[in-house]
Formats: sequence, structure tokens, C-alpha cells
Amino acid sequence: MALQRDLFSVVVLFAIYSFLMATVLVALDAVDVAMTEAAVGAGASTVLLLGALHLTGAREAKRMERPLVPLALSIVVAAVLGWGSLGLPAFSDPGAPIHTHVVPRYLNDGPRETGVPNIVAAVLASYRGYDTLGETVVVFAAGAGVIALLRRRKRR
Amino acid sequence: MKDDIILRVVAKLLLPFMLLFALYVQFHADFGPGGGFQAGVIAAAAVIFYSLIFGLRAGERLAPPWIVEAMLAGGVLVYAGVGVAGLLLGGNYLDYFVLHADPAAGQHRGIFWVEIGVLLTVAGAMLKLYTMFAGRDRNEDGEEEGA
Amino acid sequence: MSALAPHFSYWVTLFLMVAGLYILIARGNLVKKLIGLAVLQSSVYLLYIAPGKLLGGTAPIVAAGFSTYSNPLPHVLILTAIVVGVATLALGLAITVRIREAYGSIEEDEILERDRAEGR
Repeated sequence: MALQRDLFSVVVLFAIYSFLMATVLVALDAVDVAMTEAAVGAGASTVLLLGALHLTGAREAKRMERPLVPLALSIVVAAVLGWGSLGLPAFSDPGAPIHTHVVPRYLNDGPRETGVPNIVAAVLASYRGYDTLGETVVVFAAGAGVIALLRRRKRR
Repeated sequence: MKDDIILRVVAKLLLPFMLLFALYVQFHADFGPGGGFQAGVIAAAAVIFYSLIFGLRAGERLAPPWIVEAMLAGGVLVYAGVGVAGLLLGGNYLDYFVLHADPAAGQHRGIFWVEIGVLLTVAGAMLKLYTMFAGRDRNEDGEEEGA
Repeated sequence: MSALAPHFSYWVTLFLMVAGLYILIARGNLVKKLIGLAVLQSSVYLLYIAPGKLLGGTAPIVAAGFSTYSNPLPHVLILTAIVVGVATLALGLAITVRIREAYGSIEEDEILERDRAEGR
């Protein structure tokens, strides 16, 4: 996607990438997230990108000459992060900190306290309800913002 | 696209099933993957699909703009309203266990209404985003008309 | 090599993150920049969800017959992140459309050039 210049192909490649990401998420047992990524990433994002491409009339990106500084910067960032990732816990380690703080309480008491077997829905709507309220307001703000930006000039 | 008979027939056949699937995903969130966000996007995708094939006018007949804008804002109000209901019934903001005599049933009720609020906002937002992008004129001179 | 295998998931995440970062900073086209941002965001989803997976576990929906569940907490956070990501993309694209109408181009260098020419 970085090297492709035709913008329509870039958007199609992005949709394929989102679907593949959704498949990987299913393999990682994240079924709720995979459904959302497939619907939002491959569905809504692609529609919005195609709409924007139509409105801007863009076909091709310009050729990039000598992107040496960004390339060097990216490689340096990759090296630093790669060295840092060696200190992180190994894949699928049950003793990692991510599994031992508040999650056992959600998994053990969640169905009993909320009556909902889907722990992700219970945490999303009940235990972490404030975050979901904020997220809903963000979606509303995006809708309102796009209305404010694009409202004029209706189609005749 | 509305001149192509295959697309027309398939769109009219599939639209109710897509909406039904969105409602299934919404209400079955307790037992399987799903919830307000996924259901909202699927419902919006159904109407976008219809409006892609039959044109924006037909899509606006199916979902008038004022209803879509009301859904967009109404979802947030429903969510905040559940929180206020928790306040009025004696607990803190967004407490669910006060909504019913049995705390677990109160949680269930709270989660149900909160997910409805999320569904309304997400469906309204996705649909509005599409109509805004698709309904704008593509003009080259950059002049604006009055608001 | 097998001593490095436990960290493979982080390296896939890292590759996607740096690829998205490269697209974001090295390309001048505004739409491509937004797509690079989207790739960067999706690498962050992997960053959070991969450590939550337990081999031999299942999706975090409590059902009889399963005892190990993958961690539900990152799922919740990333659900929010995905929706916020698409909201950002939508607003970014709307601004791009307005920039196109005001400047006539969506290439970053042409836009800066026009700004400089008009003396802002």
C-alpha cells in the first residue's frame, strides 16, 4: 500500500487488509472485536474513503522523490521498539500482569453480578460504562462535525 | 444502478434480512459476540446498500434526514438518561443495580437500554456520514453558497 | 531462533506499526496519509489483543465446558478504539474534501506552495 500510486487500488487493498485483520482477530479469540473490525474497518471505512475519493476527484498520488529521511526514521523507530519488545512477556503467558489484576474478578463474578454470559458485553456496558458513554459521544461528535463541514451545496 | 434488474431484485430481497440480522446481533449480545456497535453498523450498511442501488432520493425516502439526525442525538440522550435514572432512583450516576428490585435484573435492564442507545447513535452516524459524502456536489470553482 | 519465537507477535505488530508510520510521514497525498494512520491504528489493536490470548483458551463468553478464557479487558478497550478510529477517519476525510475545494489539490507540497505564494 505504501508503494501503490493509484488511489482506488490503495482503498481496495485497505479493505482486504481490514478483512485479513478481522480473521487474525478471530484466531486470537477476539470475536467481538473481529466483528466490529470487519463491519467498521472493511465496511464503513471503505465507503467513506470511496466517497472522499469521488469528491476530491483524485486518481493518483504524486511520485515521491528520495524519501530517505522518513525511511531512516522508520528504521530507527523499528529498531528501538524491537529492542524494547524483548522485555515484554512471552506470548500466551498465564502469569503475565495482564491476566492477574482485575480480570479474574470479571471472569468469575461477571455472569453472576450482571446476568450476562458475554463478558465483553458485560464489561463494556456495565463495569466500564463511562468509557462507552464517552465513545458514544465521540461518534455523535464525528457525525455532527461532518454535518458542519459538509452541509452546504446540496445536489440539485 | 437501478436499471440492472438483478441488483434491484437482490437489494429488495436482502434488505429486510440485513435489518433483521442487525437486530439479532443487537439482542443476542448476551450470549454471543455482538452489541450496539456492530448492530448499528450493520443496520446502517443495509440502508446504505439500498441507497447505493436505488439512488440517494430513494434512500432518503426510506430514512428521512430528520429521523437520522434525531437518532444520532437521541442515542446519546438515551445513554445519559439511563445514568440519570440511576441517580433518581437512589444510586450514583450510571448505577444499574437500583433499576430493579433484584440487582442482577437491574444490571440486565441497564445493559439493555444502554446498548439501544449505542445502536441508535452508531446507526444514525454511519448513515449520516454516507449521505453527507454522497450528497455533496463536486464543483471545481470552490465557491460557497449560503449556509 | 526458537528463543526469539515467544516475541513473534510483537514483531508483526511492530512491522505494521512502522509501515503505517512510514506511509503517514513519507507520502504527501492526504488520503494516503489517512490510510497510513488507519494501518497504524490497526497495529495498535494487535498490540493490545495478542498478549491477551491464552493458548487453549476460548472467546470470553462464559459457557459450560470451558474453563480457560482469553482476556476480555483488551477486547473492550479495542472495541472503543476501533469506533473512535473510524470517527477520526470520517472527520479527516471531510476536512480533506474541504481542503480540496479551497486549494484545488490534496498533495501536501502543492498546498504548502499555494500558502507560501499567497504570503500567509
